Amino acid sequence: MFWQLFVSFWKIGTFTIGGGYVMIPIMEQEIVDRRKWLSREEFLDCLSLSQAMPGVFAVNMATCIGKRLGGFRGVLCAVAGNILMPIALILLFAVFFRYFRDNLIVERIFMGLRPAVVALIAAPVFRMAKSASVSWRNCWIPIVAALLIWLLGVSPVWVILAAIAGGLAYGWMESCRGEKGKEGSL
Amino acid sequence: MIFFELFWTFLKIGIFTFGGGYSMVALIQNEVVENHEWMTAQEFTDILAISQMTPGPVGINTATYAGYTAVVNAGFPAWQGVLASLLASFAVILLPIIAMLIVYGYLSHHKNNPVVAAMFRVLRVTVVGLIAAAALLLLTEESFGVPGLNRQFVVSIVLFGAVFWLSYRHRVSPIILIASSGLVGLVAYSL
Repeated sequence: MFWQLFVSFWKIGTFTIGGGYVMIPIMEQEIVDRRKWLSREEFLDCLSLSQAMPGVFAVNMATCIGKRLGGFRGVLCAVAGNILMPIALILLFAVFFRYFRDNLIVERIFMGLRPAVVALIAAPVFRMAKSASVSWRNCWIPIVAALLIWLLGVSPVWVILAAIAGGLAYGWMESCRGEKGKEGSL
Repeated sequence: MIFFELFWTFLKIGIFTFGGGYSMVALIQNEVVENHEWMTAQEFTDILAISQMTPGPVGINTATYAGYTAVVNAGFPAWQGVLASLLASFAVILLPIIAMLIVYGYLSHHKNNPVVAAMFRVLRVTVVGLIAAAALLLLTEESFGVPGLNRQFVVSIVLFGAVFWLSYRHRVSPIILIASSGLVGLVAYSL
């Protein structure tokens, strides 16, 4: 079982390019449909927990599923399987890319890549704004957060801590006000 | 000393990342480029490009690569860079795994607690700003060229617009977008 777990997550880690969220359908197919280790509901529970918790999403998924299936040893097998190949491959790049960086062709390719990478980070901002239900009433939060980090050089760590404190205070006030705000105005 | 600093830095990055790899980019950029000056913004952008093209979670890939680059840039030999990259990847996943093991079971029951739910709602909204900051911080002259009617800046803006549109509207996969942007760069700058 532990070996199977390792192999499954090895596959999931090795054959997905472009980050954690690309892994979801592949994980679902492997864990729920093929191996039948979890029901779809259990899988969705893990998914929402992994999204809520800090850290790399794919590793959180591996931790949650590994824990459910095989306790601590399950976690080790799933996480190790998940990150083994990616780490090995990126290390190869890290070690050898420095020797090619000054090559004219490589430099031209990267001059094209750089704006594309920035665009690929800008796009999820607007996608996530929808799924995080950013509205006219609360859009000041991400705007202030972005400006603090971008213009004033505030560490994102402080912004996250402020968001946690603010969120807890807001939730506490809401629950003190009782049933009045049951929809949650945010 | 740099190894200890690296470990501590990536420990912090791991536990303060909410909402996946892209918000981690803002944290890594802040620590690695701004605070510690282990590498330039341009090097960091290149690392991001490679991290998105190779398999695996972008957060892990970026941590591994950044760990290596930081130590080798500081003048250490490559094998110590490899050790550093493993250290950075380990640090970045350590606390989240421990946190997950602790709250596993607990949080699934308390997810509907209104105070906890409100906290996560505010966090989700804030993370959008974090990712926006990461994108804004990467809008540099090194990556886009000096603003004006020169070849690099025009090509960069066109590429930026096209990739943004294709990714946002049409959900074209990052690997295809990155590969074709590289090709466009190669052609546009070789003419």
